[in-house]
Amino acid sequence: MSATAPAELELVDLGLDEGGHLLVERGLRLGGGELLVRGGAATVAIDLPAWCRARGHACAPAAGGWHVRAGQIDRWRGAERAGEVAAPSAHAPARWGLAARGALVEAGAPTLDLPLADRRTMWADEAARLYAQAVAAQWDPATAIPWDAPADHPAEGEDAVVQLMTYLIENETAALLVPARFLGRVHPHFREVMQLLAVQIADEARHVEVFTRRACLRRDALGLSTAGGQASLATLFDEPDFAIASFLLSVLGEGSFLALLGFVRDHAPDRCTAALARLAAQDEARHVAFGLAHLRRHVDEEPALRGRLAAAIERRHAALAHTAGLNREVFDALVLLAAGGWAPADLRRGHAAVVELVRTMDEGRRQRLVRLGFAPDDAARLSALHTRNFM
Amino acid sequence: MTELVLGAVAYDAKVVPIWDGFKAYFAARGLPFDYVLYTTYERQVEAHLRGHVDVAWNSPLAWLETEHAAAAGRRAEAIAMRDTDRDLTSVVLARADGPIATPADLAGRRLGVGARDSPQATLIPLDALAAAGVAPEVVLHDVLVGKHGDHVGGERDAVRALLAGTVDAACVLDANRLAFAREGLLPPGATRVVLQTEPYDHCNFTVLDDAPPAVTRLRELLLAMSYDDPEVRPLLDLEGLTRWLPGRTSGYRALARAVTASGWLAAWAAGRAAR
Ligand SMILES: [Fe+2]
Ligand SMILES: [Fe+2]
Repeated sequence: MSATAPAELELVDLGLDEGGHLLVERGLRLGGGELLVRGGAATVAIDLPAWCRARGHACAPAAGGWHVRAGQIDRWRGAERAGEVAAPSAHAPARWGLAARGALVEAGAPTLDLPLADRRTMWADEAARLYAQAVAAQWDPATAIPWDAPADHPAEGEDAVVQLMTYLIENETAALLVPARFLGRVHPHFREVMQLLAVQIADEARHVEVFTRRACLRRDALGLSTAGGQASLATLFDEPDFAIASFLLSVLGEGSFLALLGFVRDHAPDRCTAALARLAAQDEARHVAFGLAHLRRHVDEEPALRGRLAAAIERRHAALAHTAGLNREVFDALVLLAAGGWAPADLRRGHAAVVELVRTMDEGRRQRLVRLGFAPDDAARLSALHTRNFM
Repeated sequence: MTELVLGAVAYDAKVVPIWDGFKAYFAARGLPFDYVLYTTYERQVEAHLRGHVDVAWNSPLAWLETEHAAAAGRRAEAIAMRDTDRDLTSVVLARADGPIATPADLAGRRLGVGARDSPQATLIPLDALAAAGVAPEVVLHDVLVGKHGDHVGGERDAVRALLAGTVDAACVLDANRLAFAREGLLPPGATRVVLQTEPYDHCNFTVLDDAPPAVTRLRELLLAMSYDDPEVRPLLDLEGLTRWLPGRTSGYRALARAVTASGWLAAWAAGRAAR
């Protein structure tokens, strides 16, 4: 026992069965582990010793109350901060588990299998800003798109729209599932990346929704899904490396889709189709921005990554060499969309527009490759090897 | 190398992770250890007496049964116990808005108790009431007989019966009064304490005089366990203690008196002899 008299706590009529234990804990903390407790609640004489026993505290009757001495146990010995709340660490150990970044983690917490645990592999300083931007830019398909806008285009134009939507749904599904598979492997220490991927996945869910709804607006059946198109998406789906998957999907695929959606917006036969292409393109721009941001950071830290990215394009090109790539029906639908009619002059203009679209896509890919540090010649060569499926 | 074998009663599914954890902990410190689970303490006591296990994790009643059987030429020893198992009390609760304020008021009333073999919720409080000269009508809440009240369900049922008005009073462990308040089962101020028993102790590790020398090592390892050790802490949390203490048997007097006076121990011994 200490030489000085212990601190005193008067519980008055507050019972241990109605929150009084909080005052006792606080009193022990402030009193250096010793406390004289008094109280007038009917059952305090029973509850206080029982509560102390369960906590490992000693409790003995004393003048007008009970003398409580804190047990010599410390749950927090060996506890460790899960990094700092403001910014992530270079590596997040599995033992931090699901703890909030910056939380004090009790030793002995279960470890989780979260293999994407290195800042280098997925971090971008822009992640928090892109996430906030994404949350602010969420749109409601029910109100953001003029589903009832009048449309006077011919039936064959509608067929072209339905084929295009069918193709887009398939590609949006890949764009949803690929980040979703990685999201479950990202260590939540990289909170902003986790959040950004989550909202990106929600974006894609919305894209799947609106393209499906547009396809069904005037038709009961959807268009064609080709083996070649699916083969192209399968190579994305099977890619186990986050950097490579993100490079192929976001930088090259979604980057190409920016131009494609812009094309649909400009040549849509109705306001509804134009609106959903415009809104989807806004979302895609963020997906591309994040892919570029974390890969730029990654290649800065690990220049050898560039070689792996280039090899991945070549590998994918070889894997798809025997497939048709973009289905003819999608290509033709794009031509018809831009032509807006069957007159030879219309078709010539439409065809030229699609050729220009393909050139624009290539130009965009080359610029993004250069931003990742590829030499212009390499960028041109690699861009040309990109899948003919666009995504 | 032979393993030291412990007997424990499977009163809850968590018993398996607890003893698996201890098994791994002891093995890592050079003590080969295994455990056998029994469905009742009576089977465990019998197995212990026959030498099937080297050490038994015993309820206080199982300890008294073992000690009673060993009295004929053998010696039982309690080698270690939980810090949280010392100086428990039981309380008899009545509704705060009802007429029962003293033990005497319980005459002719219905008293909800736990399982028939529960030291804390039945045997000890009934003996305390008998000592006060009161013999109420006893209403058992027989959850898992043979587990000696380790399963808290009997006490919870007794408290539910009290709140529902089907009994006039209920017997619970002091700490369970708080636990039931935390669960929201027992609103603060809804009950009053009619009687509190004298303090008593609960479980212990029991060995008989023919136990192998490895029990000494077991006791050392138990007493050295620290709540500060993250490897040990989850096990201690599961088992509900903050440190192991040396065993002591002075805390079993109240129960010994109860099971002697009620004839429980004699009936158990007679049943054993008849088999
Ligand atoms: Fe999308
Ligand atoms: Fe996207």
